[in-house]
Amino acid sequence: MRRRLFKNLLQSPVTLPPPAASEPALAELATQLDRLARQQLGRSLSIRAVDAGSCNGCELEIHALDNAIYNLERFGIRFVASPRHADVLLVTGPVSCNMREALERTYQATPDPKWVVAVGDCAADGGLFKDSAAVVGGVAEVIPVDLHLRGCPPTPLLLLEGLLALLQTQTR
Amino acid sequence: MTTDTALLSSLLPAAARVQSQQAWTYYTVDAENWRELAGGLARYDWTLLGLWADVPHVVMALRDNTDGTLALIRLDCPQGHYPAVSQWHPPALRLERSLADLYPLHPEGLPDTRPWLNHGRWPGDDSLIARHYPFLPAEGDGLHQVPVGPVHAGIIEPGHFRFTAQGETVVRLEQRLGYVHKGTEKLLQNAPLAHAAKLLGRVSGDSTVAYALAFAQAAEAALALPVPPRARQLRALLAELERLANHLGDIGATCNDAAFALLHAHCGILREHVLQACQRCFAHRLMMDCIVPGGVAVDLDAAGVSTLQTLVSEIRRRFPELVKLYDRTASLQDRTVSTGIVRAELARQYGAGGYVGRASGRDFDSRRDAPYPPYDQLDFTVPVLSAGDVDARIWLRIHEVEQSLQLLEQLLQNLPAGTLRTDLAHSAAANTTERTGIALVEGFRGDVLVWLRLHPDGTVARCHPRDPSWFQWPLLEAAIEGNIVADFPLCNKSFNCSYSGVDL
Repeated sequence: MRRRLFKNLLQSPVTLPPPAASEPALAELATQLDRLARQQLGRSLSIRAVDAGSCNGCELEIHALDNAIYNLERFGIRFVASPRHADVLLVTGPVSCNMREALERTYQATPDPKWVVAVGDCAADGGLFKDSAAVVGGVAEVIPVDLHLRGCPPTPLLLLEGLLALLQTQTR
Repeated sequence: MTTDTALLSSLLPAAARVQSQQAWTYYTVDAENWRELAGGLARYDWTLLGLWADVPHVVMALRDNTDGTLALIRLDCPQGHYPAVSQWHPPALRLERSLADLYPLHPEGLPDTRPWLNHGRWPGDDSLIARHYPFLPAEGDGLHQVPVGPVHAGIIEPGHFRFTAQGETVVRLEQRLGYVHKGTEKLLQNAPLAHAAKLLGRVSGDSTVAYALAFAQAAEAALALPVPPRARQLRALLAELERLANHLGDIGATCNDAAFALLHAHCGILREHVLQACQRCFAHRLMMDCIVPGGVAVDLDAAGVSTLQTLVSEIRRRFPELVKLYDRTASLQDRTVSTGIVRAELARQYGAGGYVGRASGRDFDSRRDAPYPPYDQLDFTVPVLSAGDVDARIWLRIHEVEQSLQLLEQLLQNLPAGTLRTDLAHSAAANTTERTGIALVEGFRGDVLVWLRLHPDGTVARCHPRDPSWFQWPLLEAAIEGNIVADFPLCNKSFNCSYSGVDL
């Protein structure tokens, strides 16, 4: 293990240079974010991920944000274990009828100010599952959504751009 | 325990035989014969591969492990009920509880009649027992319950776990799943083939290639559609890349659940490199929608071949060092060795596929034991271990990474030239009758089964995808017994069962 750690000291980091914040995401956020709340939070975000019915494809890419290549934590953005500690809910999936109440209660358990980011095509409007009777639809059918990041699933780079846009609007 | 041996084929009257299709034989039986077969599952060395409703029929897929016979058995249920298989063979229980929730068919004698997928939240259905699910009782001095989920602390799918513990020791774990039920089977009814293929690719996102492949093979069996050799080879290439990416990610993530972050970081980099290579070669990191009925929707040029060869040699160079790190870190081994043991007899009874079964001595891999091209032409071994603990499951996946690398090298070396896809119009089957097809494909998690029946116009009449997790989730309940609560994440990750795959 020591050899491995020494090697890491000598190597240049594998982490990607930061991408620019996504323009469309900035535009969507500009109309939604409350300036006062931005000042209160400072430049850091705690995220709680909620799978409300996804096929787990989006979860794989959200996970990738945490790897050494995308290294989300360098921007002060981190995943937390409880909605009580979160500023942002990252919600995936078409909301299934069976997850509706759990999502509502997670939202209620998240202290204000809070933002909801709907991740993936299913979270936007139910995607391929929108015609199912067992599905409520997109996340916005159940809780207010501040930002949509589309894709099936969205790539980690796209997720990163969207979250950076959220940070930028906060600190502007 | 299997003491008697009886060939499945000898118990099936010749008159019941309907047709043969590739390795599978189709039978239509009466209720008496159905009971005999269900009883046989408990007595003989057979495996239940799946059980589903095709109203007004119920169908089960069996494998006789002594001679490898694959049989698809259909029972007509004009009265709307049939003898529940789980009376004799518990692995059928969750399948039958789901069937009872979704279809107008009643499994008679079902040992557990609590709803499974129905949570009392569907429009027009607010049954009280579904809303207030009664968990099984556990009684004794000093027992307490720990409810977990459906929203978990990590970035994982939702499900509820009800632990009963004495101090730190788990006395009973009961799972409550069904939270991500999306009505997938209903959506598949009357869907055009291309749309259905997309839905199948999203039954369980981490196995999108395996599902797309199983669906394509089932559709091709139904339509008697030949697949070009180049497409077959590319499919295997995609399947091995998916296996590689998942194994690399999960080996690291399992160690991370034992608080060993270093391996997680390095395995995460390797996994990311696989996904980036997939993006470059096939324009999608998870390779969704790359496999379609009739062939593939992607190709691989010379640059792509060299990208993948570079990837394979990079992993070959860097992975052994990580394996050594796992092997030599005593504090990590202390957590994984002898934790979460799955007994061999349970793995056999449940027909647990993938690393869960093979780490507990169940020597089955559909690539070898129910082979489909091009695996019958490839050189690989199926690792099997017997300890059945978290450590064995990690080692099994390490060995499978090595096998996948070797398979990828073979596949990249001899990529046949030619077309990528057979037009569906070239189907050799008459398009006036309903056609059925079935396929068993080895995903990273185990064997994925897809069965379908097509309308005469080629749209899907009924399709049932069966995830390997159906037969693995119940074993997790058994594996955690007697372990400490704090080891649950570690055990759970070492299984890594799919929620979406079984909730459908």
